[in-house]
Amino acid sequence: MNELNELRRTLLKGGCAAGLVAVAASAGLLLPGRALAAEWNKSAFEAKNVADALKGLGASGVADSRDILIKATDIAEDGAVIPVEVTSQIADTQSIAILADKNPLPLLAVFEFVDGAQGYVSTRIKMGQTSNVRVVVKAGGKYYSATKEIKVTIGGCGG
Amino acid sequence: MAEPMKIRAQLSGDLVAIKVLIGHIMETGQRKDPRTGQLIPAHFIKQLSVGLNGKTVIAAQWGGAISKDPFLGLKVKGAKGAATR
Repeated sequence: MNELNELRRTLLKGGCAAGLVAVAASAGLLLPGRALAAEWNKSAFEAKNVADALKGLGASGVADSRDILIKATDIAEDGAVIPVEVTSQIADTQSIAILADKNPLPLLAVFEFVDGAQGYVSTRIKMGQTSNVRVVVKAGGKYYSATKEIKVTIGGCGG
Repeated sequence: MAEPMKIRAQLSGDLVAIKVLIGHIMETGQRKDPRTGQLIPAHFIKQLSVGLNGKTVIAAQWGGAISKDPFLGLKVKGAKGAATR
């Protein structure tokens, strides 16, 4: 039994070490100018607040815009499934990122568009509590954003 | 992919509206198993791409906060008879 436990300890240690290596490797993802269909943006998706998530996306100097339409319910009964529809009327929309300000991990999704894809996304998201849904659009190298508050009666992030 | 995936595409003018429904648990990694009190490991879709005539037109990256059995609606400008993937 003791021997077995020792083996388990060693395995656990080994696992931790491997985890550290993975973290070090992902640090390279912070580099700007990621190509389309690049690796999953770990630094942005694992950010615990909006500022860090935006930093991970490389979004700076974000300006408010009225040309981003967010269509979603004002009050969501179930935070686990909230339909959200985003339309960007900004010309040359390159990407749309959706964030929920008060989610444990605010960044929900990033959509990148090329050649003919329209700046439109409709999907369903989870929200832990009432908060602003923030949409950040990248167009012509600049960042624009819009927000809409969604009230959540039952959270959808578990707990 | 083991999970079933449904795709519908509808042409109106020169716009193709694409709707995708994917069967996936989208586990965030933040919920606890009520019996054991252990965190349920995260298991969610991280990347997804939409191609038109063999060329990628939309590349998406997702976090765990996209709902279970994700639905996705997109619009792409494309000619009639174009093949979506």
